[in-house]
Amino acid sequence: MPEPLLTLDGVHTHIDQYHILQGVTLEVPAGGVSVLLGRNGAGKTTTLRTIMGLWHASSGTIRFDGRDITALATPDIARLGIAYVPENMGIFSDLTVRENLVLAATSGPPASDRLDWLFGLFPPLKTFWDSAAGTLSGGQKQMLSIARAIIEPRRLVLVDEPTKGLAPAIIVSVRKALQELKETDTTILLVEQNFQLASRVGDTVSVMDDGRIVHSGAMAELAGDRDMQERLMGLSLEAHQ
Amino acid sequence: MSGTAIRPKFERPSLSEIARERAPLALVPVLALAGFVSIGSFPTWVTLTVAGLAMGMMIFIMASGLTLVFGLMDVINFGHGAFVTVGAFVGFTVLGLLAGWTSDPSVLINLAAVFLAILAAMGITGLLGYAFERVIVMPVYGSHLKQILVTMGGLIVAQQLIHVIWGPDAIHISRPETLQGSYIVGTALVEKYRLLAVVIGLVLFAAMTYILNRTKIGLLVRAGVENGEMVEALGYRIGRLFLGVFMAGSALAGLGGVMWGLYQQTITAHMGSEIMVLVFIVVIIGGLGSVGGCFIGAMLVGLLSNYAAFLFPKLALVSTIALMMIVLMWRPQGLYPVVKAK
Amino acid sequence: MITRLLSGDRPGSPILAIVLLAIFLCLAFAPFLFPGTRSLETAARICIFIVLVASYDLLLGYTGIVSFAHTMFFGIGAYGVAIAISAWGPSFTSILVGGAAGVALTMVLALLIGLFSLRVRAIFFAMVTLAVASAFAVLVSQMSWLTGGEDGLNYAIPGVFKPATKLMDGRLFGVRLDGKLLLYYFVFVSSLVLFLVMLRMVNSPFGRVLQAVRENAFRAEAIGYRVVVYRTAATVLSASMAALAGVLIAVWLRYTGPATTLSFEIMIDILLMVVIGGMGTMYGAVIGATLFILAQTYLQNLMGAASDATSAIPLLPDLLDPGRWLLWLGVLFILSVYFFPTGIVGRLRGRAA
Repeated sequence: MPEPLLTLDGVHTHIDQYHILQGVTLEVPAGGVSVLLGRNGAGKTTTLRTIMGLWHASSGTIRFDGRDITALATPDIARLGIAYVPENMGIFSDLTVRENLVLAATSGPPASDRLDWLFGLFPPLKTFWDSAAGTLSGGQKQMLSIARAIIEPRRLVLVDEPTKGLAPAIIVSVRKALQELKETDTTILLVEQNFQLASRVGDTVSVMDDGRIVHSGAMAELAGDRDMQERLMGLSLEAHQ
Repeated sequence: MSGTAIRPKFERPSLSEIARERAPLALVPVLALAGFVSIGSFPTWVTLTVAGLAMGMMIFIMASGLTLVFGLMDVINFGHGAFVTVGAFVGFTVLGLLAGWTSDPSVLINLAAVFLAILAAMGITGLLGYAFERVIVMPVYGSHLKQILVTMGGLIVAQQLIHVIWGPDAIHISRPETLQGSYIVGTALVEKYRLLAVVIGLVLFAAMTYILNRTKIGLLVRAGVENGEMVEALGYRIGRLFLGVFMAGSALAGLGGVMWGLYQQTITAHMGSEIMVLVFIVVIIGGLGSVGGCFIGAMLVGLLSNYAAFLFPKLALVSTIALMMIVLMWRPQGLYPVVKAK
Repeated sequence: MITRLLSGDRPGSPILAIVLLAIFLCLAFAPFLFPGTRSLETAARICIFIVLVASYDLLLGYTGIVSFAHTMFFGIGAYGVAIAISAWGPSFTSILVGGAAGVALTMVLALLIGLFSLRVRAIFFAMVTLAVASAFAVLVSQMSWLTGGEDGLNYAIPGVFKPATKLMDGRLFGVRLDGKLLLYYFVFVSSLVLFLVMLRMVNSPFGRVLQAVRENAFRAEAIGYRVVVYRTAATVLSASMAALAGVLIAVWLRYTGPATTLSFEIMIDILLMVVIGGMGTMYGAVIGATLFILAQTYLQNLMGAASDATSAIPLLPDLLDPGRWLLWLGVLFILSVYFFPTGIVGRLRGRAA
């Protein structure tokens, strides 16, 4: 089996006095979409933020492409080719769509064919190219946030609940974007509560509870096993269907 | 376009929102008009208005650095005034060394002397800003209480060091030959130096607007004001950005110090902490972190101070406090509150 | 009994208890232990500043709010007495009415400033108070018909407090029993009472809410405490105490002017005393004020000697000049904020920050 692109080994994260991650061990294989499931408060967002270096692991190691990145600063982690789409989208509302994307292209002005590809995925970005990002609707902001993460080829994209609170039509375009991105050899670690979407795009899946990974395996296996779904995340599934 | 199906409504700002956004812009002309009505004499009004704008520009220069540092780093530097004072004293020293240039009858050579003094002041205060950020401010990011205390401590130490270096007495600093005196415009008297101050202020405001809106560094600063974490997640080191902005803000304070010194023609070790009172008022009126608001606030305070000093000589400073209170009643966060994502 | 007087807030460290007791005894018997005008001046100053600094700590240490208007309130109290005596003559009625007017004005001003600047964010408060206090100081120096301007006001005090008034014939332990002595004990007892009242306040349920607000305003709000109300109340209380300290200094000095009450230098002194003594504990004010004023009075002589001794070395004499003692205090202040945020008392109590 090939070396996984990203490995977390016994990662603990404390935020103030709270012990959020309690030994997360997780492998994200290169290529494809790995989905992280779990109920609210299980530690999914904290896992992504810890990978990104926005919170620091108090123990355990995080390896990316064979390199220990546990103690690296966030900008250095980003420069290794890891992009982050936070749950609140983190767009710069005072800046225009164009300026948001220009800042995200760290190695020079954005390539025009890459832009065309993004416009194909998310047409509103072209329409509102010079509008302040703060005036976009929620779905458009999400598109911008994803586009910003992939304005340059990345090796790993961390996406936190991209469909939260969005209309069904936009969820479709987000799903399409994730699927197209998969084709470009980009690895995606997706946190998602919407199991329907997760099971359509996901290749592998891990389920979190109380700051630990309680199940890891192929997505097909979980998608085909109702009992297992019920057992692992019965509550969260009901809440979201 | 195929996107129409998935395009939700685009929230255009409504008319009232636009009015809300633009309303503060009208304050400056309204105040100028009110000043005209209460003063009643056109030449006096012109003289006072130019004086007010000049004062406003200088306060803006000093305040802009402070407000930007706050917006970006959430750091309020009570020691900012120390850079103003140091700038003024460095400018004084340089102008003293260039005595031959300042007494020259040529405008260009005079301006060159002022320019060199400004350059030296900005260089030194910029470097001091570097030291200040690394030594004094950096250990207390995130705690407003400690920031206020520690930067206040920095101010005390800096003022005392100025005493040690330049002595305890107030120093007279005279303007270069051709910048003394006034022009007579119609029947109004306009001091030459005030015009220069207005010009320098406008150039600086234009330059800052350009940098903040058209350059990548400027975009990063604006993005950082809103969401520093996300700027880091895109791969930029926000610590360096902080340091750069802090140094720039300190250098601007130094520039403001030279100009204020030449304006007052007297400099003292505590001039910085005195002018900080106006700077704080301006920053609060404008909205902490907003450069545009800071500009409007500075113009308002400059004009009001001069009108009030003419109409009710003893109430100049009190009138600016009243202005601040009125603005806070209207907009509790200042004219242009800066929205933080976090 | 003592525990009740101290509102159950024990010093919590044997050394601290001994030091506090020593300060108390020295102040209580100052006229007898340290005869001489200068020592008595120093002792009275320490008493008054303990009240002033403790009232500032009520705000800074217990509520986490930085104010630069504390000397303004101190000044209003002092000017209230000074103006009243100047207008109606040296009687206790003047002191009472002037002091009450000062305290009332203080409460109104503090309430206004609090309502304006505390509802948005605490950092506004520091800036607004700085601006308002400077404007006030300028106003006072300009309204010379009322306040005497930069020169301030000199006035007489009620006869029983005059040094020339003999209370009893003879001497007690070699000290003349005159009006000055009585005045000192008036200042001492008033300060002690005010201090104990503040100690009571911070150890009451109200004080505990203040500390909860300081630790986590959001949580306090969530539990159901109106944060703005508590902060504003603390501001008003602290300001009133400062005004009362102002009344004491006005009576003690028989003079009120910008330099003794309103100046920014005094504001800085108060800050230094609170931080060096220890924020968030009333005893810090005692230690801070005592140390600072002793140093101010006696250490500067030492620095003068050091400056003279090093006169051959460049720069060093300038740095050691007695006038530069604030330089070293500033450095000490910065270091203590970094390394001993709980001050001397915090260290003695052995609590970590």
